Amino acid sequence: MPRIDKAAISRSASRSAAIAARATGDLTVRAIGLAVAANRGLRLSRRRDTALLPASSISGRALVLIIAIMAFLASLTAGTVQLVSSASTNWRSAIAREVTIQVRPQVGRDTDADVKQAAAITRASAGVDAVDVYSKAQSTQLLEPWLGQDFELTEIPIPRIIAVKVSGHPDFGTLRKTLDQIPGVSLDDHRIWTARLSTMANAMILVGLVILGLVLTASGLAVAFATRGAMAGTREIIDVLHLVGGTDRFIANQFQRHFLRLGLKGGGIGGLAAIAVFVAAGLASRQWVATPGGDQVDALFGTFSLGLGGYGAVVVIAGVVALITTVVSRLTVFRNLRGLE
Amino acid sequence: MEIDRVLRFENVGLRYGMGPEILRDLSFVIQPHSFQFLTGPSGAGKTTLLRLILMTLKPTRGLINLFGQEVARLDKDEMTGLRRRIGVVFQDFRLLDHLTTYENVALPLRVQGKDEASYRSEVIELLRWVGLGERMHVPPTVLSGGEKQRAAIARAVMVQPDLLLADEPTGNVDPPLARRLLRLFTELHRQGTSIVLATHDFDLMDQFDARRFVLADGYLEIFS
Repeated sequence: MPRIDKAAISRSASRSAAIAARATGDLTVRAIGLAVAANRGLRLSRRRDTALLPASSISGRALVLIIAIMAFLASLTAGTVQLVSSASTNWRSAIAREVTIQVRPQVGRDTDADVKQAAAITRASAGVDAVDVYSKAQSTQLLEPWLGQDFELTEIPIPRIIAVKVSGHPDFGTLRKTLDQIPGVSLDDHRIWTARLSTMANAMILVGLVILGLVLTASGLAVAFATRGAMAGTREIIDVLHLVGGTDRFIANQFQRHFLRLGLKGGGIGGLAAIAVFVAAGLASRQWVATPGGDQVDALFGTFSLGLGGYGAVVVIAGVVALITTVVSRLTVFRNLRGLE
Repeated sequence: MEIDRVLRFENVGLRYGMGPEILRDLSFVIQPHSFQFLTGPSGAGKTTLLRLILMTLKPTRGLINLFGQEVARLDKDEMTGLRRRIGVVFQDFRLLDHLTTYENVALPLRVQGKDEASYRSEVIELLRWVGLGERMHVPPTVLSGGEKQRAAIARAVMVQPDLLLADEPTGNVDPPLARRLLRLFTELHRQGTSIVLATHDFDLMDQFDARRFVLADGYLEIFS
């Protein structure tokens, strides 16, 4: 029920009536005069108008649920894309900061001397921050996960590893040429690995974006169907609004207001659910730290934390879902009203 | 802007689909500040004629000129603009059940985007005058037929239209109230509104001297 200050209305209406009656002395003229007179500036309390489209005419709950699910899926996808994107950047940057020199034992050569020479050449190169020469024992240790501790490795010519930390853009071409003068020495700057990693990450991001687009499209279609259903259920109201002088824009605004509210509600619920999932996953990943599984997740997704940008993306997606709901409902109303002509 | 004619029909005909013409060669003019009764037997096409005037039906032939504009050339927004100058009392009232009586009567002003505070006192006073002062906060679903009729009339006259179309506006009220409502229409007419009042009620027509448009067999005869 509208909130009307009846006492104030009664007082103001009586004053208006008295003014009109004095002016005309005629009951009918008083009524008509009052009906058409300009506002006499009486201070009246404000009231809230009832919505012209009854809420019951729009299957609100079902639509909010659909929008919430769509917003949840879209936010989850956007968050995952953001996660993969930042993890991929971290991988590539970490890999690009390190190169590996492999010294394969050669018959008739002193491998330790070759390692020392290669390390010295590398240290002298521009852009090299640190050179970490793996001892024979350390190099052997690297094979243990595959061959086991009981395997006798002393007779096997195991390559020696030199890990090199670099900064900026070192001249790997010149360094490689210099190292090539030592037999059995090769430089691996991880270029192929980085390229494959980039391709995989970009493919995942692309798939994520396509899924995001499909989810948003499905949301739009669901809203379009819901709007058409709501219009069919309110056809009489629309007719009356037209007949008393309502424009298409006015009618579309009534629908838009309804659907904006539903969109914000659904988008908010879906976005919050997605944020809750990411927060829970982040907390869970912390529990796994220092476990083999946790290390793998950590290697893949970093700390499995979305960061402000990721949460921002989820909020934006929820907002976009609400916006799509509003715009699609408005366009659908306009299109259907044109069809009513 | 003062215009010399509110409405002009020139050889207007209407048929539904491939059926026979239900309105034939209607030609008439409605002058500003004029009052006319529209009568005829049931099914003669009175409501259809009112719908043609209201632009919710398109004629299959002929020309309709409303407030100086050819209706056939109007776009939707222009039609809406003209409809705002027309008040309509529908035979089936067409009140919105989810709104209160007050909100129904105020609807033409609300769709024009007017601030509620600017028209509240006028709406309330009009509702009191038509005897709905105590019923303004209830939805139409709890109103009697007569009360609905009065609410529909109040909604139509609320904007003091240039042209008022009333389809059997006294069909559901007792004779004293019918006379009172006719007085409302004549007062509106006196203030400058052109009235087309469709009715079967000869007693009502005898109470006010006005042109009579008689529809029969699709043809219109005018008795001045």
